[in-house]
Amino acid sequence: MFVGERRARVAEIPTASMADIAFLLLIFFLVTTTIDSDKGISLTLPAMGEDFKVQTQIITNILINDAGQVLIDDANVGLQQVRETISQIVQQSPLDENGRPRQIFSILTGKLTKYGIFIDVLDQVKQAGATKISIAEPRE
Amino acid sequence: MKISKKSELHVSIPTASMPDIVFMLIIFFMVSSVFKQYDGLPVKVPSAVVTKKIEQGKRDICYVWADRKSRVMIEDQLVEPRRISEIVYPKLIDNPRLLVALKVDQEGEMNIVNDIQVALRNASALRIVYATRFK
Repeated sequence: MFVGERRARVAEIPTASMADIAFLLLIFFLVTTTIDSDKGISLTLPAMGEDFKVQTQIITNILINDAGQVLIDDANVGLQQVRETISQIVQQSPLDENGRPRQIFSILTGKLTKYGIFIDVLDQVKQAGATKISIAEPRE
Repeated sequence: MKISKKSELHVSIPTASMPDIVFMLIIFFMVSSVFKQYDGLPVKVPSAVVTKKIEQGKRDICYVWADRKSRVMIEDQLVEPRRISEIVYPKLIDNPRLLVALKVDQEGEMNIVNDIQVALRNASALRIVYATRFK
């Protein structure tokens, strides 16, 4: 009997479509990853017990009551005029050794003041060029 | 005179390494993308003109959420505002570059924000960010 030699079979996986598959995966990841960057207003809080006295004449008090009315140095100011008022104060302020205005802006809110209004005021104070901003603990 | 025929040119870009390139791109995206681990409270953060992009990696940011019903959430758990320091302090020891982002609803009240700030000061987490939208 004749035993036939086994033919060596060459098994191959077709790799022609590999690139397509890989591209599909790539496109899937490209589409599904959301790169949402965080954004906001950054500030540094004072450390606990880091209280010091400053001259009262270089402090501008900004008071916001629970209803969202703004008082700057005892004068009632509309929410839209905060920036204007602050920038006038900033321009008149004496400069410190770094050439920045010395004036300190203290924002004091009520306990029930809306956060959105506080941010609005803080935003305007920053826009007006104030560099020294302090946030006081809310009062009743 | 015989003019020799121009020999036909077979131009082909080698595509054998294409899958390798693509796989490398995939691996890059898979490694560099961070999936959201925590989801906070439904808040609508206020908008501000001076909003800036936070130049810090997601891994260095710790989120504190506060909604309009004065609920406070950190690391997927609802907590009392003053208990935030107990959670933030160990994180700050692990990562001194830690930045705390306050995601507070625009209708939220300031006493909650203040309570959070006092807790953060107690934990010496002094670098904070008020999360806002671009105006």
